[in-house]
Amino acid sequence: MNEINKGLNDQRATYIEYAQAVPLAFAIDPHACLGCGLCENTCLAKAVKYDDKVRETKLTAGSIILSPGTKGFDPSGLDYLGYGKYPNVVTSEGFERILSAGGPYFGHVMRPLDRQEPKSIAWLQCVGSRDTNRCENSYCSSVCCMYATKEAMIAKEHIHGDLDCAVFNMDMRTFGKDYEKYFLRARDKEGIRFVKARVHTITEIAETGDLAVRYADESGEIKEQIFSMVVLSVGLTIPDSAVNLAKRLNIDLNKNRFVKSDPFAPVETSRDGIFTCGVFQGPKDIPGSVTEASAAACLAGAELSEARGSDITTVELPEQADVAGQKPRIGVFVCNCGINIGGIVDVPAVEKYAETLPDVVFTDSNLFTCSQDTQEKIKEKIKEHNLNRVVVASCSPKTHEPMFMETLEACGLNRYLFEMANIRNQNSWIHSKTPEIATEKAKDLVRMAVARAGTLKPLNEKIIPVNQQALVIGGGIAGMNAALNLGRQGFKVILIEKESVLGGFSLKLHHTIEGSDVRAYIKELIAQVTSHDKIEVLTQAQVAGFGGYKGNFKTEIETGPEKERREIEHGVIIVATGAKEYQPKEYLYGEDPGVVTQIELADRLEDKGASDLNTVVMIQCVGSRNQEMQECSKICCQNAVKNALNIKKQNPDTQVFILYRDMRTYGLLEDYFTEAREKGVIFMRFDADNPPDVKAEADGIIVRTKDHILQRDVEIRTDLLALSAGMRAADTKELSSIMKLNANQEGYFIEAHVKLRPVDMPGEGIFLCGTAHGPKLISEAISQAQAAASRATTFLARPEIKLSAIAAKVDTEYCVKCLTCVRSCPFDVPVFNTEKKVIEIDEAICHGCGACAGVCPRQTIQLGFYEDDQIKCKIDALLAGGM
Amino acid sequence: MRLEYPANVKIIRVPCTGKVDVMYLLRAIQKGADGVYCVGCLEGTCHYNEGNFRCKERVNHVRMLLEEVGIQGDRVRMYNLSSGEGPTFAAYAREMVEHIKEIGPNPLNNSAKV
Repeated sequence: MNEINKGLNDQRATYIEYAQAVPLAFAIDPHACLGCGLCENTCLAKAVKYDDKVRETKLTAGSIILSPGTKGFDPSGLDYLGYGKYPNVVTSEGFERILSAGGPYFGHVMRPLDRQEPKSIAWLQCVGSRDTNRCENSYCSSVCCMYATKEAMIAKEHIHGDLDCAVFNMDMRTFGKDYEKYFLRARDKEGIRFVKARVHTITEIAETGDLAVRYADESGEIKEQIFSMVVLSVGLTIPDSAVNLAKRLNIDLNKNRFVKSDPFAPVETSRDGIFTCGVFQGPKDIPGSVTEASAAACLAGAELSEARGSDITTVELPEQADVAGQKPRIGVFVCNCGINIGGIVDVPAVEKYAETLPDVVFTDSNLFTCSQDTQEKIKEKIKEHNLNRVVVASCSPKTHEPMFMETLEACGLNRYLFEMANIRNQNSWIHSKTPEIATEKAKDLVRMAVARAGTLKPLNEKIIPVNQQALVIGGGIAGMNAALNLGRQGFKVILIEKESVLGGFSLKLHHTIEGSDVRAYIKELIAQVTSHDKIEVLTQAQVAGFGGYKGNFKTEIETGPEKERREIEHGVIIVATGAKEYQPKEYLYGEDPGVVTQIELADRLEDKGASDLNTVVMIQCVGSRNQEMQECSKICCQNAVKNALNIKKQNPDTQVFILYRDMRTYGLLEDYFTEAREKGVIFMRFDADNPPDVKAEADGIIVRTKDHILQRDVEIRTDLLALSAGMRAADTKELSSIMKLNANQEGYFIEAHVKLRPVDMPGEGIFLCGTAHGPKLISEAISQAQAAASRATTFLARPEIKLSAIAAKVDTEYCVKCLTCVRSCPFDVPVFNTEKKVIEIDEAICHGCGACAGVCPRQTIQLGFYEDDQIKCKIDALLAGGM
Repeated sequence: MRLEYPANVKIIRVPCTGKVDVMYLLRAIQKGADGVYCVGCLEGTCHYNEGNFRCKERVNHVRMLLEEVGIQGDRVRMYNLSSGEGPTFAAYAREMVEHIKEIGPNPLNNSAKV
């Protein structure tokens, strides 16, 4: 049974878990292995060991990071869903595999029973999440609403005909950055239906294998619909193995088995020196996990910063031989790759053919060209035959090019005098049924590689120094945490804040929903930052000028009431400019003193309490999820619940109504939503196109809204109306234009990669954290700040950086300054130097894509390692053989 | 994945399809290739923002140029896929080879074999 594909197909007893597995190595399935010994006898590398045993190793470490990950909830125990009983009921993990090109059906959307394309698919949300009746998981898994929407979108894309997709949910929780836009696209453009209901029974229709889904709609009416397939959106759970690990290490977990953490120390565990990240910390998606991983690395490294780099062995490289002006002397090494290549391609014939090619002075073939002893042999042959170009005909440069390049470097040959012919992945593996054709194609590929090798030039990676100082822009919670953590890593930091005091928006907050005191935290944080000997704080400070590149920035700062100018040199930048609360125009805000924002309500509760309040109504999504601001502000639902709980605590008799669209108390916040309902807070859903109506009368404010359960309008007379005003990005237009930083249409800065580089900005050496990136909670801003400090540390920890040699160069003599390259570069790298009157391409910031080289009408721009001649010669060599 | 596709296809590596010059495509046809195609990232997901759109424009331009000199423009094509789509890659390779076999050898190809 194939476990990765959730048992939807079988696999052999010797297998690679999946195509992207690390390490990409074969394993033996002990349940399926007969012990016949065939693989052991066949393996040329002698890599199969049946008697291999578990070995114990002792490691000494200064810090530990726990990231044991998550397991999808197993719905087998929920009999009403029919998982395991009805073949066409699959989990979301199983459906993910069905959609995958590497999955059981090679990416064709089919249902398991009869391998027919489904006509309709239902997704059932919150299976194993937000459920204490059927399972013990009281939390929201945070990711299922987005992945269900995604799966529905991809299923629609794969099935070209009509496919009805329905997502049955209690609340759609698409709260992350840009997630609401995705949800709207799914609903409004792709026609995916989102049904507000929790399904209570699924039954199979025996003749067709279709599934009858029974549910109660919002008005309480029982409905039934038939679907071809049902996908259970299973939640994230912590596996027993992780719980046992925590026990062994004496780490406290909460009742839902996640690591117990403090909102102000999100990745720290109950034990000093042990940190955590990912879903073990709490349910979260990929960007959150990647961010926390960097945060944990930051804290783990801070305590060990003195020892940084002490265990690294440096490699001494011999001086490079000068090959300029030499005639190419090419050595060709053809690999058998065990039997992967040699079993199909006639390797001796290919080697013999290579001998006949121009400039080839040496050929060889190896069983495994990548093995350590072959590297030594290659080095010997380079010296013995005075080779100045090397071609290896084997596998993919993606996996093996860097290793062979190192071999060249180790014997004094420039690493760019190397070329690979991929005669395995692009040849023997795919033409295994036609060995003669594969041999001919291998010859073609070797001929092309040899032709290119002859044109290669040595390239040198320029080494530039890195200024060891950081600039942090913004002195709120995120900026201060970033500065403090960089200081702890031992780097000098200049922290600039535009206001006269540190603290930012958090100065307006009192408590977190967990009850932690924000003011006390800020006071302590400011004290730590201002007293840290590595941190210099500049208040009333703004960026006035900017230049330079990664590792070597120069920023001009205007500081103090006198606007004194000061130039700062620094190696990295952390942007933490924050956000603010939306100022509502809706619902009589500013006209009636009884209408306040949640921030103002929290102030009021702090000052006067709630004893004089009979009724409080709250309206969610004010200034969010509407025409003007499509995005969700993420924090307002928990903010409303927090204030509602505070009111109930101070005066249990106060009636509290929360009018909402989807309650987005994600992750562990769900427990507070449950608590609020238990304490009598009344939650009433309204539709975006039928919002509550508010009018002021002498004895209070009247809020009119439709009650979905009663199916009629109700009126609530209230003392206070609290608006959950969303977040807005701080105004950073000037800063963005000076520093060339990109923001999205909402004004939040854009990260380099949404999932994989969530705190890096597109420009190298520039990092991002806090609400400048998008709305988020304090705990999330703190882990993001620690992550940004961590990413900045990886940069600052090196005294110098090597630039990629694959960069564009302009031949200024032939350039006619048409500026096409200036207009075409996606990263604004080529500039016209108005003094020297030439186009300049700074290799320090060039990304090496070759767009400018492609557009240059006079071919005066060449991309290193991919010069026009180095590509054209391959075309010529290929076609010289006739096709 | 070791998916089969015709051996007529040989791959030339570029950092981004945005690097593919009109000259490369024309040269391949001039030197006798029966077909040339560029495989770039899915539209909107170019690692360098817009390289695949540049390539698409150039492919269209070359198709037009070829038609003008009486060679079928459809010998040059652009395909898009993500790096995780091995089966699609193989399917496109088969589709291209089938298509080229249908339109026959390149009239500029002296050796004239497909």
